[in-house]
Amino acid sequence: MIQPFRLTTGRLDAAEILRFTFDGKSYTGLAGDTLASALLANGVHLVGRSFKYHRPRGILSAGAEEPNALVGIHRDAARKTPNVRATVQELYDGLAAVSQNRWPSLGFDVGGLNNLGAPFFSAGFYYKTFMWPRTAWERLYEPIIRRAAGLGTAPDRPDPDHYSNRFAHCDVLVVGGGAAGLAAALAASETGARVILADEQAVPGGGLRFETGAVIDGKPGWEWAQETAAKLAARDNVRLLTRTTGFGYYAQNMLGLVERLTDHLSAPDVDQPRERLWQVRAKRVVLATGAIERHMVFPGNDRPGIMLASAARAYLNHFGVAVGSKVAVYTADDSAYATAVDLKKRGVEVAAVIDLRPTPRGPHVEESRELGIEVLAGHAVVGTTGRLRVRRIEVAPVYGGASRQIEADALATSSGWTPAVHLFSQSRGKLAFDEETRRFLPGQYVQDALSVGACNGTASLTDAVEEALRAGAKAAKEAGAAKGRSKTVKLDARSPEAWSAGMAGAAPGAEAGKKAMAFVDFQNDVTAKDIRQAVQEGMRSIEHVKRFTTAGMATDQGKTSNLHALTIASEMLGKPVPKVGLTTFRPPYTPVTFGALVGHSRGALFEPTRRTPTHAWAEAQGAVFEDVGQWKRAWYFPQGGEDMHAAVARECLTVRHSAGIFDASTLGKIEIVGPDAARFMELMYTNPWQKLGIGRCRYGIMLREDGFIYDDGVVGRLAEDRFHVTTTTGGAPRVLHHMEDYLQTEFPDLKVWLTSTSEQWATIAVQGPKSRDIIAPLVEGIDLSDEAMPHMSVREGRVCGVPARLFRISFTGERGFEINVPADYGLSVWEAVWAEGQKHGACAYGTETMHVLRAEKGFIIVGQDTDGTVTPDDAGLAWAIGRKKTDFVGIRGLERPDLKAPERRQLVGLKTSDPKTVLEEGAQIVADPNQPVPMKMIGFVTSSYWSENCGRSIALALVEGGRERMGERLYVPMPEDAIEVEVVPMVFFDEKGERTNG
Amino acid sequence: MLLIHCPYCEEERPELEFRHAGEAHIARPENIAEISDEEFQRYFFIRANPKGVTFERWRHMHGCGRFFNAARDTVSDRFLMTYMAGEPKPDLGKAGGGAVRSASRKGTPA
Amino acid sequence: MAETARRISALEGRAYQGPGIALNPAAPASRLSLRAPEASLAALSKALGLILPRKPKTTAESGKRAALWLGPDEWLLIDEGGADLTVLCAKASALHSAVDISHRNTAILVAGEHTEDVLGAGCPQALSLARFPIGAASRTVFGKAEVVLWRIAEDAFRIECWRSFSYYVFSLLEKAAREV
Repeated sequence: MIQPFRLTTGRLDAAEILRFTFDGKSYTGLAGDTLASALLANGVHLVGRSFKYHRPRGILSAGAEEPNALVGIHRDAARKTPNVRATVQELYDGLAAVSQNRWPSLGFDVGGLNNLGAPFFSAGFYYKTFMWPRTAWERLYEPIIRRAAGLGTAPDRPDPDHYSNRFAHCDVLVVGGGAAGLAAALAASETGARVILADEQAVPGGGLRFETGAVIDGKPGWEWAQETAAKLAARDNVRLLTRTTGFGYYAQNMLGLVERLTDHLSAPDVDQPRERLWQVRAKRVVLATGAIERHMVFPGNDRPGIMLASAARAYLNHFGVAVGSKVAVYTADDSAYATAVDLKKRGVEVAAVIDLRPTPRGPHVEESRELGIEVLAGHAVVGTTGRLRVRRIEVAPVYGGASRQIEADALATSSGWTPAVHLFSQSRGKLAFDEETRRFLPGQYVQDALSVGACNGTASLTDAVEEALRAGAKAAKEAGAAKGRSKTVKLDARSPEAWSAGMAGAAPGAEAGKKAMAFVDFQNDVTAKDIRQAVQEGMRSIEHVKRFTTAGMATDQGKTSNLHALTIASEMLGKPVPKVGLTTFRPPYTPVTFGALVGHSRGALFEPTRRTPTHAWAEAQGAVFEDVGQWKRAWYFPQGGEDMHAAVARECLTVRHSAGIFDASTLGKIEIVGPDAARFMELMYTNPWQKLGIGRCRYGIMLREDGFIYDDGVVGRLAEDRFHVTTTTGGAPRVLHHMEDYLQTEFPDLKVWLTSTSEQWATIAVQGPKSRDIIAPLVEGIDLSDEAMPHMSVREGRVCGVPARLFRISFTGERGFEINVPADYGLSVWEAVWAEGQKHGACAYGTETMHVLRAEKGFIIVGQDTDGTVTPDDAGLAWAIGRKKTDFVGIRGLERPDLKAPERRQLVGLKTSDPKTVLEEGAQIVADPNQPVPMKMIGFVTSSYWSENCGRSIALALVEGGRERMGERLYVPMPEDAIEVEVVPMVFFDEKGERTNG
Repeated sequence: MLLIHCPYCEEERPELEFRHAGEAHIARPENIAEISDEEFQRYFFIRANPKGVTFERWRHMHGCGRFFNAARDTVSDRFLMTYMAGEPKPDLGKAGGGAVRSASRKGTPA
Repeated sequence: MAETARRISALEGRAYQGPGIALNPAAPASRLSLRAPEASLAALSKALGLILPRKPKTTAESGKRAALWLGPDEWLLIDEGGADLTVLCAKASALHSAVDISHRNTAILVAGEHTEDVLGAGCPQALSLARFPIGAASRTVFGKAEVVLWRIAEDAFRIECWRSFSYYVFSLLEKAAREV
C-alpha cells in the first residue's frame, strides 16, 4: 500500500483513493478519512507549531477537542479557512492543507527560537514586559506580537460561500449520536415524538468507532450504530443531522447547532450552502455528548507522536492506521490498555504500557500481559526525546529507582476521561464535583434536559444504554408527545471496557519545583509550572489563573486541559477542587464561522430593499438613487451627461418655472379612524385639530414627552372621524409605534384605531406653476379651482379612472398637488402624469431637488434640521402649538427650565459672504474666528445647498440665540480658513409665500 | 432567544416578534401640564432598574400588536408572568398556578 | 375622460418551482384592515357574511372571503373576488374602523412538501400542523420582514406582506427553496 501506516482499510471505502496535499507535498488517503487519519496513514505526525514557543506539534486527538493539529484549508483564492482541526476535516479529493504558525517551514521554524527563551515567556509575560514605555505599545510591541502570535491567517477576500438558517421545533432534541444518543433517540421516537438527533461526526456511532468489544442487540457496536442510525433516519418523526455540532445551549431550551454541508465535498454544488445554522427549540433535551479523554501532564509531553490513547485506537480500529511502528502507552486508568491490546492484535509492536498505578487490575490489563506486552506498573514517563517526532521515552519508577530509556515512535496517553458537560453548563445547570471519581458531573438542572451516558458519568455501556432508553422515553412523555401505549424499547448492551477514574494534574516529573516543560494546555503553551506561578503571583480564582496563563482559551477552550489546570491550581492553593471552581463554559462549544451566524443576511438579503411603484420608470430614465432607510429613492435625474450639480440646478429651475414631478410614495401614512379621532390627534400633536374642517389639511408637529420634536407631517381630514396623517419617510414605523403606545396604554378609552397606509398609496407630487394644468385632464370628480380647492386641502375622487386622494399641498412653495392612488396603479398614473407634464415642459425631480426647494422656503426636515434636542420654538414653529390646549404629549416637557432658557440654539438662515461658497453640513459656527483653540462653538450648519433659483448658496443652522442675531456676522472655521456668514431669516425665496397660488 | 407568553395571543411566541418598551406601571399624570418639575422628573426620568424582579412593558410588535406587562427577573432573565395592559401590578407572592409562566418547571430563579 | 390606469403587481413575473416547493405570487385581492370592539362583531359579521373569529391565530372563511384574527380587535379581511369590503362594513352601523389595504399588502403562495422547511429559514414560530393547523393565521416575522402567515392546506401557506417588502420576502423564500 502506498500509505505506509495503513494496516487495513478499516471501515473506509478502499475503492476510493483520494489525493491531497499538505504544505505542497502530495499524499493519498481513502474516502472516509479525516485529514488527520490520512496524514497519519502516510506517517506524517508533525502538523503544526505551537502558539507561543513554536514547538513542533502533532495530532493529539481524533475529534473536536483537538488543540494542536490546526491547519489552513485552501480551496481557492477566496476560500482559505484557517484553524481547521485536521481531526475533524474530512478528506476530499484535491484537498490542499497548509500548516500554520511557522516560518519559513514547518520543519525549520525561526519562531522556534522562542522555545530557547522559554524561561522569559512564562505566564503573564506580556502583562509584565510590555508595560513600559507606554508609547511603545502601539508602535512597537503590538505590531510585533501580532505578527509573531496568532493562529492562522484570516482570509483577505470576501467569503464567496453562502450560509443558511433554519428555525426548528421538536419534542426531543438529542445532542450526540454515540450509543447513548442513538438509544435515547430510538426510545423517544418510538413514542411518536418529533425528534432531532444531532451528531458532529459524518457517521454516528461516537465511541463505538474505536471500541472493539461492544455488543448491542446482539451485534457489534459499530454495526448496531449504523443500523440504528438508518432506522432513525427512515422515521418520519426523526430528523437525523450528521456533521452537526450543538454549540450553544440558550434560554428556554433553545440550542444552536451548526450543520456543515460542503466542507467535506470536493466540488460543492453552487446552490448548496456551506453551513446551516439550526436554531432548535426543544420541549426536552437529551444530552449525550460523551466524554473527552485527558492527556498525561509530564515533561516533554507535547512531541509529535504523543497522542490520546483513544485517538490511537480510533485511527487503528476505524481508519486502519497505525500511529507508529513501535507504540508505548502511558496511562493512569484502564481504558488505555485496550489501545495496547488492539495494537498488538493488529501486529503493531507495543513497546510497553507504563501505568502510574502500583497494582492495575482488570480484563484488559490481564489481556495485555497475556499478549506479552510489558506492563510497567507504578512507573511514570519522565521525559521524551526526538526533534520533530518522539523517538524515545524515559521511564522511571514512581517511588524511586533508576530510569530507563524505551524506544518508541508513538506514545498513547490517558489520564482519564472528562465528561463533556459543556452544554449542560451553558444551560445554567449547576455542576457537582464527584469526589470519588474526581469529575464534574451534571448536578442541578435549570432547564428541561437530561444527560445520559459518559457525559453523565455513567461508566459502563450497559448502564449508559439503559439510562439513555429511559431518558428518551421520559423526555418524549414529558414533552407530551407520547401517543397511546408505545412499545418500550429494550436493548441488551455489553462491553468489557471499564472506565475508571484516572488522575488529573501533573504526573511525576512535572511536580512543583521541576523546571520541565510539562504541558497542560497545548494550544496556548501553558505548562504545569505556569499554573503554579500564577497562583504564586497571587491569582486565587480559577478565572484569574485562566486569564493570567491563558489556559483554556482559544479555539479548543481547554477541552483536554481544564481539569488538569484546575487540579494543579487547587493543589497549590491547598483547597479542594470545588472550592477553586471551574471556569464558566460559554458558547460556542467549538468554533462557529461568522458565516453560519450571519446566515442569509448578506448581499441583497442583508436587509429588505424597499422600492416604490415607480422605481422601474426612474431606473429607465437613468435616475441616480439614494438610500433613505431601507428605501431606494430617486436622488436626481441626470440628462445628457449632466453631473449631479447640473441636474439638480436644472430640476430646481424647472419646478419653479414650469413644474416638476416627484415620487413621494415613501412618506409614512397613517389612517386614524374613529369617533375620537380628533381628540386623539389633539393629544398626539401640538396643533389644534378639533376645528379643522373636513377636506382641509394642517401641518402637524409631534413631540416626545420631553418636549422635543419627534416628527412632523401634513394631515388631512377626510371625514369627521377620519384623518390621513403623513409622517417622515424614516419616521413611519416609530411614529405609529409611539401613537399605539399612547393609545393602548394611556388613552385606552378613546374610540379610535390606527392603520398604516404607507404602502397602500403611491404618492405622486406635482409641483410648480403648471401643476394644475398638468393634472387637470387626469382628474375626475374634483373641482381644481382655487376657490373649490384652496392650498392645504384634500379631496377624494378619481385620477386616471382609479380612486384617488388628491392633496393640494406644497413642500416647494409652489402651487402643488400630491396625487395618492392605490399602489399597484402608481406606475401607470405616474406615466400618465409624465405624459401630461411633457406638454408643459415639466421634469421629474429627485430627493436632492426636493431638499433644495424646501430649504429655499425654510421648511425643515425633522432629523436633519432637528436632532432630538430641538423644540418647536427652537425651529421657529412656536405658532404650531395650540395655546389653548391643556394636554398633548410634550406639553409639560416644554415647560422645563432648560427648554425655555434664553440662548437656546435656534434655527436661522445663513448666507455666506461669498455667495459661491457652499458650507459643509455639520460644520461648527463661532462668533470670533481668532479666539484661541478650543473655540467656543455657538451652533452648527444643518442644511446647506447651492440654490440655482437664488443664484447663491443657502444654509440653515442652529445658532445660540439665533433670531436675536439677524444681520450678525459669524464664522465657520474650516481647515484652510474661516468662512464668514451672515445670519438671515430662514426663507430665501418668495418671502411672502405668494407662489402657492401662482 | 426567549419565548414570551403573549396574554392576548394566549401562547408563547419567539422573542423576535416582540419589542421591549420600558418600565411598567408608570402612569402618565392626568393633569400633566400642571405637575411640578419634581413630579415630572419622577414620572419621566426616574426608573427603578432593579436587580431581580422588574415589571416592564413589552409590545407584541410583529404579532397582535398589543402592549402588555411582564414580571421578569433581571438576574436569571426569566419571565415570571405576563399580563394585559391596564391590569394592576400583581403580587408575585400570591400569583401561582397557570398565571406564572416560568421558563422551566424544574428551575428555580437563580 | 381619462382611461383607467393599469394595475401592476409588485411581484409581476416572479415565480419559482423546485422539487417539493413552489412559490407564486397570489392574484390581486381586496383587503381590509378591520378594527372593532367586541360589541360590534355581530353586526360586522352579518355585514361581511362570515363570523369574525374571536380566537387568537384563527380564521373564518366564506366563499372567496376570509377573515384572519390578527389581534384582539384586529382582523385582516381578504376577498379574492375583489368585493369592496369598506362598503360592506359601512352597512353595519356598529362602531368600527375599516381601512382599505388592498394595495398595501401583496401575497405569496408557498406550496409543496418542503413548505415548513422553507418558511423555517426565516420564521421563528413553530409551524408544525399541531402548532399551526390548517386555517391558522398569525402575524410574525420572516427574516427581517413582517409577514402574516396563513396555512391554507397541510403543505401550503399564503404569506401576506407589505408591497415593498415582497421582493425581499420572495427572494429569501427562493433562496431557502433552492437549499432544501
